[in-house]
Amino acid sequence: MSVPSSNDSILSVRGLTKVFYSGVFRRQATVAVKDVWFEMKPGTILSLIGESGSGKTTIGKLILKLIQPTSGQIIYKGTDIAHLKNKEQLRDYYRKVQGVFQDPFATFNPLYRVDRIFNMVYSSFGLDQGKKDEQVREVLESVNLDPDRTLGKFPHQLSGGQLQRLLIARTLLMDVDILIADELISMLDASTRIGILNLLVDICKSRGMSILFITHDLNLGYYISDYTLIMYKGRLVEKGDTKKIYENPVHPYTKMLFESVPDIHRKWDRSEEFLPEHVVQEVREFYAANEGRGFEDVEEEHTVLFSDR
Amino acid sequence: MSENILEVKNLRAYYKVLKGEVKAVDDLTFNVRKGEILGVAGESGCGKSTLANTLISRKPPLHYISGEVRLLGKDIMHMPSEQFRKMRFRNISLIPQYALDAFSPTRRIKQFISDLVRDHGIKADQKFMAKVVDRLRLVNLDESVLDRYSIELSGGMKQRIILTISTILDPEFLIADEITSALDVSSQRYVATMLANFRDEGIIGSAMFITHDLSILYQIADKILIMYAGNLVEIGPTDEIIKNPRHPYTRALIASLPQVGIQYKDHRLEGIEGTPPALLNIGEGCRFRFRCPYMSAKCEGSPALENVSLDHQVSCWYWKEVESDVSA
Amino acid sequence: MIASFLKEHENLYYALTNKKVIVGLVLFLSIVLLALVGPMLTPYDYEGYAGMPYDPPSPNHWFGTTIMGRDVFTLTVYGLRSTLLVGFIAGTIATVVGCIIGFLAGYYGGSWFDEILMMITNIFVVIPQLALLIIISAFLKVRGIIVMSVIVSATAWPWTARAVRSQTLSLKNQEYVSLSRISALSVARILREDIASNMFSYVFMVFILQFNGTMLSTVQLEFLGLGPTRGVSLGLVMQDAVNWNAIQLGMWWWAIIPGLIITVMITSLYLVNTGLDAAFNPRLREA
Repeated sequence: MSVPSSNDSILSVRGLTKVFYSGVFRRQATVAVKDVWFEMKPGTILSLIGESGSGKTTIGKLILKLIQPTSGQIIYKGTDIAHLKNKEQLRDYYRKVQGVFQDPFATFNPLYRVDRIFNMVYSSFGLDQGKKDEQVREVLESVNLDPDRTLGKFPHQLSGGQLQRLLIARTLLMDVDILIADELISMLDASTRIGILNLLVDICKSRGMSILFITHDLNLGYYISDYTLIMYKGRLVEKGDTKKIYENPVHPYTKMLFESVPDIHRKWDRSEEFLPEHVVQEVREFYAANEGRGFEDVEEEHTVLFSDR
Repeated sequence: MSENILEVKNLRAYYKVLKGEVKAVDDLTFNVRKGEILGVAGESGCGKSTLANTLISRKPPLHYISGEVRLLGKDIMHMPSEQFRKMRFRNISLIPQYALDAFSPTRRIKQFISDLVRDHGIKADQKFMAKVVDRLRLVNLDESVLDRYSIELSGGMKQRIILTISTILDPEFLIADEITSALDVSSQRYVATMLANFRDEGIIGSAMFITHDLSILYQIADKILIMYAGNLVEIGPTDEIIKNPRHPYTRALIASLPQVGIQYKDHRLEGIEGTPPALLNIGEGCRFRFRCPYMSAKCEGSPALENVSLDHQVSCWYWKEVESDVSA
Repeated sequence: MIASFLKEHENLYYALTNKKVIVGLVLFLSIVLLALVGPMLTPYDYEGYAGMPYDPPSPNHWFGTTIMGRDVFTLTVYGLRSTLLVGFIAGTIATVVGCIIGFLAGYYGGSWFDEILMMITNIFVVIPQLALLIIISAFLKVRGIIVMSVIVSATAWPWTARAVRSQTLSLKNQEYVSLSRISALSVARILREDIASNMFSYVFMVFILQFNGTMLSTVQLEFLGLGPTRGVSLGLVMQDAVNWNAIQLGMWWWAIIPGLIITVMITSLYLVNTGLDAAFNPRLREA
């Protein structure tokens, strides 16, 4: 693999697979994630790009231990997180690995004031209650929120952007190593997004926090990340240094993503026939033409899935 | 100069709620020419969906307050509802924001279509369905899709079906409210392009494409209208708006769009501080002023709509300053 | 001041001004009032001879008299007490048991624990309610109010359990539950704070429906003669009336009035429930 070796990685994902069973007697199997391998280095931002059904959200949930893998390992600082079973071990894990989700209004229990998310952290992780008010004010200010105008309010009284900042502030109370940001800006307006993105980048650089930025938006992924992972139908099809992937996409799915993303500096070529269905065909032909190659480096820090067998 | 399909003058529509009036659409003036695709852009809460509803289906608590709206020359705000009903679907058609959710999971597509058109007084007989099949082919859907259930289809396919049915009677004016927002990137491109193709083929006369995504509008819209907090802040030809915006809000919005090729280490984008104002019982004055770098006492008075050029209007006291700042 | 308070708590406002809720509440509370106050208004005893038999409603006997000269009004108001009490206790038991089982099954949804709980629930669902009740009632020589309540609630809770389970399952997948999980909150706390609290309005309405259901079951049993062994109850009054061919003999007041009261009560609660549904769910509100 061309991505950073496991020695200096803070998180290693190896052969991760998740199959969901449903239906009567659990007969129906849906492969959400298949055989995913990647590493996260400390203090870097990794964007995980994929569309609906790509498995990207599932990967986030697996890392956060909200669901269990079918096979494969997630290794955090040398320990397979599947071995963290009892309350104390889980608690210690969550001290270091946290997440922010897509819909800020769904992430807050509508019946409680927003302060609750901070109170939970203090009571669960045994932080000093005496310093709570001061520390909470501090983190709120560091995310550009006015404590007097946000604390004590109910979620519906604040905007999506404010709620997302509160959730980010919450992770700053703990000394978090890895943040899983699952589509955390997709429900925000364009003008608010950039503020939050810049905030994430600042936190990452100032605290050495690694961020797994899950999104379907290529442009945002490019803006913010050092490394990029492209997911298609549960498989990791291309990964590596962000600039290299964007300058030289190899996998047909990656190429299609680039062609389809609307950009204000480039108009779509409307003379050519473009059909979403073509991608399935192209990918199939690509795999057939490269049978047996599997994952291969195209250049340093740029790996492509050439065939799925 | 082709005729105007839609003429809107000083349109106001408010929501009347317990606590007062939410001035969601306040003093809008614009036209849509025949063959034009007007993109209506703005962030959440700016009133763009309310605008669509005001034109087609005002239901309490949304009330028309004042202003003139002429569709194909006819005044549709004061038209008796029976008369307007005849225009709906035939002359003016709406694809609402959550149309994808309208599919019933227990009915096949064929039944869904016949249910839908029956509400508009059309019988889904053989001749009609033959036309449907023809049109579905235009959007690359096979006849077999009619026998499927909606859960078997992807979001993109469902949206294509909706686009087809909503335009089956070749309406002169189509309002498409966020038809690409919930779709995957490839489907977004396809559906947006289809909308433009339908206009090119004459299946629809003109369209109003409502979305928060300026980049998509750049691809297919002829004119862009920017809404902010219920007001029209700028309207003009697409290239002008994107390359040379005059309103501070439009400028800031465009500056916050990330593009492939720019990383934060190369160039840090800036967002807009603050949030839009609450529209409940909102008073006079420019609604953007508290977030605007050009704000002054003059902004306490609502700015008038001024001409930048023949087709380009802006609602800001300081647009000339913005213009000179940009070129500086 | 009240007006501004109500403007802040929108839900409450819509709940209290909904026509169905108002009508329903008024009707229901009137009947409860009748049960509470009625016995004090009547000079008669429900068991003794009160006046001329076969008497239609008159100023002396508001609901008339039975074939044996008992005052129907007295019978009704005392019977109402008994029936309401059983319905209330049974409804409460059914709701509480159903909620606990439903919560646990929903929260551990998909696990073997859930499977076992659902198996138990399904067994109870499958058993024909009336048959079970008849058999149990018939075996017990003495049936008091508590026993009756337990019997009736025994077959009512499964419905609640299933409904609560499915609500819990859907609430469990809410993102705020995920947040609580990654904040290392205990299962008990998550159930209490995140899931139960958001189900309050749902559970409240479930309780109302249960109350209705258990009351109907109670009246059914009483009508069949399997009600409380002591005292009088509405169903018993109606059973008496039928046994004595009240309708054929023209004594409509004896058979119909108690039944009418039950009907009004049950209908009023359904009205309240439907009205509350609209209040809690903004999309159902009238313009």
